[in-house]
Amino acid sequence: MLPSLDSFCDRLSASALSQAIQSTEWVIPTVQTVHILAVAAVMSSILMFDLRLIGVRSRRESVVAVAARFIPVVWYGLPILLVTGAILIIAEPARALQNPVFILKMTLILLAAGLTLVSQIPLRRDRGFWEASISRRRLARLVGCLSLPIWVAIVFAGRWIAYMRSH
Amino acid sequence: MIDSLLQSLQDTSIASAIREGDSLFPWIECVHVLALTLVIGSIAIVDLRLLGIRSRDRTVLDTTAEVLPITWTAFVVALASGGLMFASNAVTYAHNAFFQAKMSLLVLAGLNMLGYHLVVGRDASSWQNAATTPFKARVVGGASLALWIAIAACGRWIGFTINAPT
Repeated sequence: MLPSLDSFCDRLSASALSQAIQSTEWVIPTVQTVHILAVAAVMSSILMFDLRLIGVRSRRESVVAVAARFIPVVWYGLPILLVTGAILIIAEPARALQNPVFILKMTLILLAAGLTLVSQIPLRRDRGFWEASISRRRLARLVGCLSLPIWVAIVFAGRWIAYMRSH
Repeated sequence: MIDSLLQSLQDTSIASAIREGDSLFPWIECVHVLALTLVIGSIAIVDLRLLGIRSRDRTVLDTTAEVLPITWTAFVVALASGGLMFASNAVTYAHNAFFQAKMSLLVLAGLNMLGYHLVVGRDASSWQNAATTPFKARVVGGASLALWIAIAACGRWIGFTINAPT
C-alpha cells in the first residue's frame, strides 16, 4: 500500500504508548470487551428505534417518544466506540489502517450516523414529522429499512477486520 | 468419555467444514457477535429499568414486553451460532478455562432470570409503576448486568486463548 501510510503505521507501532499496550497482555481484550459492550448498547438502541420507524414495533408510542428513549444511547455510545477503537488502532496500526475492511467499516459508520441524523433532525422542529402523512410514513419506513442493514454490515465488518489483515 | 464424545462432534462433516473452510467460521462469528450485542443490549434495557436508572417513566412490564422478544430471538441465534463454533473445535473449547467460565456465568444468568420470574417479579404489578424500584428488583437487575458484562468479557478472552484471529 502507500509507502507513507506504511511508515506512519511503523512509527505509531514503535511509539511508547503503542509499545506499552502491546506489552500488557490484558489491555487489548479488555478494550475490545468495552468496545463490544458499547456496540451492544448502540445496536440495540438503533434496532428499537428503526423498528418503530419501520412501523413494526412499539406502535402504541410516537416516533419521537421512542427516539427520546433510545437515540441518546447512540450518541453517548459513539464517542466510547471512537476512543476504544482508537486505542486498538494505536496498539496495532497496520491491522486497521492498512485493511480494506476497516476503511469499509468507517465509510459505513459515516453513512449510518448520517441516516440517524436524517431521522432525528426533522423531529426537533416537528415532533410528529414522521407520522404526518402516508408519504412521510413511507419515507420513515425507507430510512429504517436502509439504516438497519448498514448497522449490521458495520458489525460484520468489525469482525472481518481480524481476518483480512494484510500485515 | 466426554472427550471422545466431543471428538466425534468435531469429526462431523459440518464441524469439519467450519474448521477447515476459509470463511465459514468468520461468518458464523459475525452472526454470533451481532446476536450477542442484541442479547446484551436488550437485556441491559430491562436491567437498567429494574435498577431505576433508565426508562423511569415507563412500567417494568411495558419495558419487558417491548424488548424481551428481541432478547429471546437473538439468544436463540447466539446459541445456534455459538454451538457451531464450539463444534468446530469442541475438545479445545471444552478445556478452555474462559469457555468454562462463560458457560457457568450463562447458567447463573439463567438462574437469576428464573429467580426474577418466579420470585422477585411475582408482585411486580404492585411496584412496576414506581420510578424507584424495590431493593430486590435492583439486586436482580444489577446481577444480570454484571453477569452479562462478564459473559461478554469471557467470550472475548476465549478468542485470545484459543489460536484464532483476534
